[in-house]
Amino acid sequence: MKIIVCLKQVPAKDSVLRIDEGGQWVKEADLTWEVNEPDAFALEEGLRLKEKHGGEVVVLCAGPPRAASAIREALAKGADRGIHIEDEALGRADTFTAARAMAAAARAESPDLILTGLQSDDFGYGQTGVILAELLGLPHATIIMEVEKRDGSIKVKRELEAGWFQYVEMPLPALLAIQSGINKVRYATLMGIKKAKTKELKRLTPAELGVDLEPRQQIRRVYVPQKTKRTHLLEGSPKEAAAKLVEKLKFEARVL
Amino acid sequence: MFPFRGVDYMDIDSLFSEQERLVRQTTRQFVEDRVIPIIERHNREATFPLHLVRELAELGFFGANLSGYGCAGMSNVEYGLIMQELERGDSGLRSFCSVQGALVMYPILTFGTEEQKQHWLPRLQNGTALGCFGLTEPDFGSNPAGMRAVAVRDGSSFILNGEKTWITNGSVADVAVVWARLDGVIRGFLVEKGTPGFKTSDIHGKWSLRASITSSLSFQDCRIPEENLLPGARGLKSPLSCLTQARYGIGWGAVGAAMACYDTARQYTILRKQFHDRPIASHQLVQNELAWMITEITKAQLMALHVGRLKDAGKADFSHISMLKRNNVWMALETARRSRDLLGANGITDEYPIFRHMCNLETVKTYEGTHNIHTLIIGEKVTGVSAYV
Repeated sequence: MKIIVCLKQVPAKDSVLRIDEGGQWVKEADLTWEVNEPDAFALEEGLRLKEKHGGEVVVLCAGPPRAASAIREALAKGADRGIHIEDEALGRADTFTAARAMAAAARAESPDLILTGLQSDDFGYGQTGVILAELLGLPHATIIMEVEKRDGSIKVKRELEAGWFQYVEMPLPALLAIQSGINKVRYATLMGIKKAKTKELKRLTPAELGVDLEPRQQIRRVYVPQKTKRTHLLEGSPKEAAAKLVEKLKFEARVL
Repeated sequence: MFPFRGVDYMDIDSLFSEQERLVRQTTRQFVEDRVIPIIERHNREATFPLHLVRELAELGFFGANLSGYGCAGMSNVEYGLIMQELERGDSGLRSFCSVQGALVMYPILTFGTEEQKQHWLPRLQNGTALGCFGLTEPDFGSNPAGMRAVAVRDGSSFILNGEKTWITNGSVADVAVVWARLDGVIRGFLVEKGTPGFKTSDIHGKWSLRASITSSLSFQDCRIPEENLLPGARGLKSPLSCLTQARYGIGWGAVGAAMACYDTARQYTILRKQFHDRPIASHQLVQNELAWMITEITKAQLMALHVGRLKDAGKADFSHISMLKRNNVWMALETARRSRDLLGANGITDEYPIFRHMCNLETVKTYEGTHNIHTLIIGEKVTGVSAYV
């Protein structure tokens, strides 16, 4: 089974975020980067499927040059090779643009299965995988908690709300958006890290893939939620004021 | 408290390669997930987390900077970063890996026969066998040349007699690398667990390296087969060359312990409020301590990295490594003490890692050549005159 795992590099969790001068993104110079956590679960699931059923895991990343370290980490964990669609602008690309770039590269690979994380820890749109499937004309399912390979198809378990699950049987090829926590992610071993050096990491430009990076969506302003404090004086007799206070506590503050 | 994200005041990260950073990241993540949640309990109960051995082995941490026989073949800088991250967890954990790699696997690889290497190195690498290193004796610590352990040839074997003490992993080791005189010359022997006359007992009541096993070894007319002699090791310089390997790892490890203390103190002083509802980090006396610590840590990082690059280039001398071990462990102990002070009463509990590191570092200052012995090595280097004769 040929499996493509899509990977994004995002700011490390618990990073102290500072908004940049333009007010449209955070200061990247301050940040350390890591593999988007849901994608790490997708990679682990891909590696497990390969170990069980044979085949190949190809890591696909549309990102700026810095994202090469995320691909290298995936190779160290056991992915067979990597494809890096490299462009500085891809660091902040919208979901459609990222999906279009990845679709162009994925098409040439004709994989049996594409795995993505459910969403990214930075933008959190949860759309890239789904758009990618649509662009490739593949069936897709999201919030996947379990993948079972059958002859020419897969059976997946989807997480619904309130403790409900849905089981779906799908034909291959297909795309799955993997839910965090589906498995226990492995560490890159020292031997794996050493081996990764010799694995293929193909660099492609959007131009080579015939993809323009014209954004379809724009971030106008990034800001920290503003805390506001207002004092409201309740008029009237103590009895009336108390009644108003109770009403406000009940219906506005909702603490009663 | 937030998870540990490393300490890098001066963009020292830019001096590391992508692979070096990945090695550090994998170790850091392992320590964060698997060590930090359990280490205080092991420290309280004075037990080593033996259940981690298999994982440590799978990740490649045993003999990581050695090549062949299943070893990971990492550079010395990568090895150093592993030691740093492990000791950020606990000095006992780093000691465990130091002993296995630098003091057991290294001498077998360097001084052993092909049969000894084939037999022991893959097992020691994958953690199915553990090792220990017996040099120190009850009456000979800083002066190992005075050792009394002695082996006498008897047909095709040797009869070994003597006592060794302060031996990390002594009672759990499957093989002990034991140093003893044979015909007046210090030689190395592989003594296997279960050899008649070989007994171990653990040292209890330690206030330091509690999450580490420390033992005494006793050899009474132990018959050691000829093939268990390390043929390439002759004279005190052989065990000392092992110590140079281990000390190098300590030089990095101490930085990790210091980082853990400093980072805890930094976060604590920002959150802790006192006097006019202001964080104590806003006090000049507190900032003085933090500034001292981060400056010393940064200097120590740079020295460790420089010695690591020298070692990778085959240019590191034991006297360089003495300076690294002496400075960085002193720095770490001093950082631990100052951090403890910044946490006030909270600093004495094991809710925070500082007191544990502080106690551990007293051992680290003492073992593998005490602080003062390293002073004398540096002194001899710059004067040409030995002060310990």
